[in-house]
Amino acid sequence: MSRYRNNPDAIRALVRDTEVHKDTYIDQELFELEMENLFANTWVYVGHASQVPNKGDYYNTTIGTEPVIMVRHSDNSVRVLYNRCPHKGVQVAGGTCGNTGKFFRCPYHAWTFKTDGSLLAIPLKKGYENTGFESCEASQGMAAVHNVKVYRDFVFCRLNPGGPSFEEFFGESLSTLDNMVDRSPEGRLEVAGGVLRYLHDCNWKMLVDNQTDTCHPMVAHESSAGTAVKVWNEAPEGTPKPMAVELFAPFMSSYEFFENMGIRVWQNGHGHTGVSDSIHAAYSAIPGYWEQMVAAYGEDRAKAILGDTRHNTVYFPNIMVKGPIQTLRLFKPIAADKTLVESWTFRLVGAPDLLLERTTMYNRLINAPTSVVGHDDLEMYERAQQGLKSRGRDWINVGRLYDPAEKGQKNVVTNGTNEMQMRAQFRAWLQFMTETM
Amino acid sequence: MTAMTEKTLTDFVYAEARMLDEARYDDWLQLFTEDAYYWMPLAHDQQDPHLHTSLMYEDKLLLRVRIERLHGQRTFSQQPSSRSHHLLQAPTVESGDAASGEHVVRTAFLYTETRRDALTTYAGWSTHHLVETAEGLRIRLKRVDLVNCDAAFGNIQLFM
Repeated sequence: MSRYRNNPDAIRALVRDTEVHKDTYIDQELFELEMENLFANTWVYVGHASQVPNKGDYYNTTIGTEPVIMVRHSDNSVRVLYNRCPHKGVQVAGGTCGNTGKFFRCPYHAWTFKTDGSLLAIPLKKGYENTGFESCEASQGMAAVHNVKVYRDFVFCRLNPGGPSFEEFFGESLSTLDNMVDRSPEGRLEVAGGVLRYLHDCNWKMLVDNQTDTCHPMVAHESSAGTAVKVWNEAPEGTPKPMAVELFAPFMSSYEFFENMGIRVWQNGHGHTGVSDSIHAAYSAIPGYWEQMVAAYGEDRAKAILGDTRHNTVYFPNIMVKGPIQTLRLFKPIAADKTLVESWTFRLVGAPDLLLERTTMYNRLINAPTSVVGHDDLEMYERAQQGLKSRGRDWINVGRLYDPAEKGQKNVVTNGTNEMQMRAQFRAWLQFMTETM
Repeated sequence: MTAMTEKTLTDFVYAEARMLDEARYDDWLQLFTEDAYYWMPLAHDQQDPHLHTSLMYEDKLLLRVRIERLHGQRTFSQQPSSRSHHLLQAPTVESGDAASGEHVVRTAFLYTETRRDALTTYAGWSTHHLVETAEGLRIRLKRVDLVNCDAAFGNIQLFM
C-alpha cells in the first residue's frame, strides 16, 4: 500500500520548521515520487556545452533516473532528448559520448531520427500504411525535452512543460556560475581533467546537505586533513609547502573560521557557504595568471572576480559548484539508498595550466573513490543511512540558528554555521514535490 | 653492487605485495625512494598525471598521510579496518638498464579489498620502476592500471 502517492498532505507532514522526517532519506516510494515530481519540476543540470562542441556530438546522462542525450543539433543549438527509441524502447545513443553525424540511427531496427528527435526514416515504411501510424506516439520520433537553457555553456533542463522559468528558478544564484566563468581571461570554460565517479550507499540528499554543513570538517576530517597537517608539521623547517598540504589544511579550520565566513541563502533551495572568506581563499598565486586577468578585465574588475572566495554553492536539487577551484559535483540519484557522485573539473580557457593542475589535484585528493576525505564522509553517510532505520527516533534535526522570520526571505547572509540552507532546501523540496500532485 | 637477476626483481614484487597484505605499511613505505610516486590512472593508457585527474598520484608525503591515517583514533572509515589480498601473475621484467640500475617489471593481478561483510575484487596490471640503491632495490614509480579504471567505484581504502 502506498503511503505517499497521491497524498501531498502526508508529504507536507515530513518537513517541519527545524526537523525533517527520516522517510525523506530512506523511503523508496518517496524516492520514486522525487524522480517523478521534484526532478521534473526543477531545472536540473545536464552537462556543459564544451562536451558537445561540434554538430552531431552527443553525451549520455540522466535527469533523475531518466536516460537523456545532450546533443549538438544541426542548427548548432544544444538539445536534450530522451534516450529511448519510440519503436521498441531501445536506447538509441550508446556509450558515454560520441558523434552521431547528421542523425541518430537506432541499432535495433535502423529507425533514424534527426538530432532534434524528429523521425527521419523507417525501413520498409510501407508496412505502416493504413495502420494509423500517424496517430501513434512512434510517429513523433524521439521525445525531446522542450525546456532547455544554456547559461554561459552550462546546460540545464526542466522535464515538465510547466513551472518557473530558468531565471525565476535560479535568480541571483547564477552569480556563482558567472564568477567561475569570469575567472577565465577569455570568459570561457572547458570540461577538462576527467570525471571522478564515486558510488555512495546513501540517499542523494545527504550529499547535498553536506555541502553547506560547516560543523563537520574539523570533526569528520580530523582523520585525513588533520593527519596531513600533522605529517606536514614534522617536515624539516624551510621545506616549501606542497600544493597538496595547501589544499588539505584549511579543512581543519576552527568553528570560528566557519562561523565568520558566512553563508548566503537564496530562494528555491540555492545557497552558498563562504561569503567573506573560505577554505579556498588563501591558495598561492599562480605565476602569470594575475597579469592575464588584469589585461582582460582591468585591475578593479580582476580583483573583484578573484576576490570572490565562495566555498560551496548548492544549485538545488543536485549539483554543487566551487568557483575558486573550478569544480562541479553532480549527485545522481539511483535509489533511496544509492547515489552516484560525479566530480567534474574545468579548464579556465586561456589561463596557465597550473590552475588546471591544482584543480585536478583537488578533485583527486577530495572527491575520488580513493580519497581519504571522501572515505571520512562516506562512512558518515552510510552510518546515517543505516541509523535512520531505527524506530527509536523519527526526525533529523536541521534547527541550528533557526529564526522564524527567515521563511520567505530571498537573499539572507548569516552565520556560516547556520543550517538555514538545509532548511531552505527542504522547503524547496516540499514545494517542487507537491506542486504537481 | 651485485648483478641484478630476474629472480631478485620478481621476488621484490612478490614481497612488496605480501607486505601490503600483512598490513606492514610502515615497512612498505620504506621500499619507496624519496622522490617516488604511487600512481593509479583514471583513464586507460593515461600519460599525464598533472592535467588529467587520477585515482591516486601520491608522493611519499601523501602516502605517509594515508598510512598514518589508517591507524588514527578518529579514522572511522577504518573501524573496523579493511584487509587486502593480492593474487599476482608471475611478474615479467620489461626492461632493464644495468648502467643506471633501473628496471621495469610488469605484473598482472587480481586484488581484493574487504571490510565488514563487503568484498570487492579489482583486476589490472602494476608496473614497478625499480632502482638499485645502496640500501637495495627501491621503487621510484609504482603504476597501477585497473582494467576498469574509469568505472564508478565505492571506497578503495588500501593500496593495490
